[in-house]
Amino acid sequence: MSDSPVAVEQHGPELLHHFTGVEQQRDAASLGMWLFLATEIMFFGGMFCAYLVYRYWYFNEFAAGSRSLDIWLGTINTAVLICSSLTVALGVRAAQMGKRTLLVVLLILTLLFGLVFLGIKGVEWYDKFKEHHIPGASFNADDIATGYPQLHINQEHAQIYFSLYFAMTGLHALHMVIGVGLFSVITYFAWKGRYTPNYYTPVENAGLYWHFVDIVWIYLFPLLYLIDRKPLR
Amino acid sequence: MSEHISSVKVYVGIWAALLCLTVVTAVISFVDLGPFNTIVALVIASFKAVLVVLFFMHVKYAHERMTKVVIVSAFFFLLLLLALSMADYTTRFLS
Repeated sequence: MSDSPVAVEQHGPELLHHFTGVEQQRDAASLGMWLFLATEIMFFGGMFCAYLVYRYWYFNEFAAGSRSLDIWLGTINTAVLICSSLTVALGVRAAQMGKRTLLVVLLILTLLFGLVFLGIKGVEWYDKFKEHHIPGASFNADDIATGYPQLHINQEHAQIYFSLYFAMTGLHALHMVIGVGLFSVITYFAWKGRYTPNYYTPVENAGLYWHFVDIVWIYLFPLLYLIDRKPLR
Repeated sequence: MSEHISSVKVYVGIWAALLCLTVVTAVISFVDLGPFNTIVALVIASFKAVLVVLFFMHVKYAHERMTKVVIVSAFFFLLLLLALSMADYTTRFLS
């Protein structure tokens, strides 16, 4: 008995008309983000594969190179990233519940943790620069054999370890920089009050991205820092 | 069908577990377990990754099956890449 043959449901501007409801819109956005993350998994997967092959071939240089990294800075950075993942998860929760001020505070904390991570990473890279461990003309890894009296360090093989170290942590840091950029924009819009319990897709999807980058680091930490830390005989 | 909102207690609990596992993996690396050092480190890393995926990324509460298919297939293809590549390189000494 309605006036129009097609029932037109009234909804807010946050719901696009081709979705049946906010749940479906949210599920679609989440599916799309996971498809993107699947491509990211394969993107990093290529480097992990190269890492595995060379670690299998040149284990001694990988072990000695790993020992030359600062395990304390690596552990602290892992903890910093885990804290940032907590603030992101709580931020998404605040967005779900429509708590604007809490969301902005948690996003700013996330940005701070992200910048602390990048700062510590920068210190580590600078140390490697001073130690001539950056692959290239002035590369010299004679010092990493200290503690391995019987070990001959092949300079080319050691360069492969450090090349992979810089490529993998560099690509990870690039993702962190992108994440900090994303969250800066999202913090601005959150402060403007754009996100409601019906529409917080950018917060949720940027959160998924941030957690993914955290997972990459969760694997990079043992693979790069903890190859061989046991006492030398 | 509305979205699941986890309690703060769950998030803080997962966060504490992740921090503990980070300390555990760093400390265990100093203990000589022979070839098991790498295995233990990777098992702990994978456990941490699963915690993040299930709880922080809300996959435990996802009701869209398609999303789960995408996640499982992504990890399946990663495994395929790594396992088949290493099946080549680690068996070359046999030829």
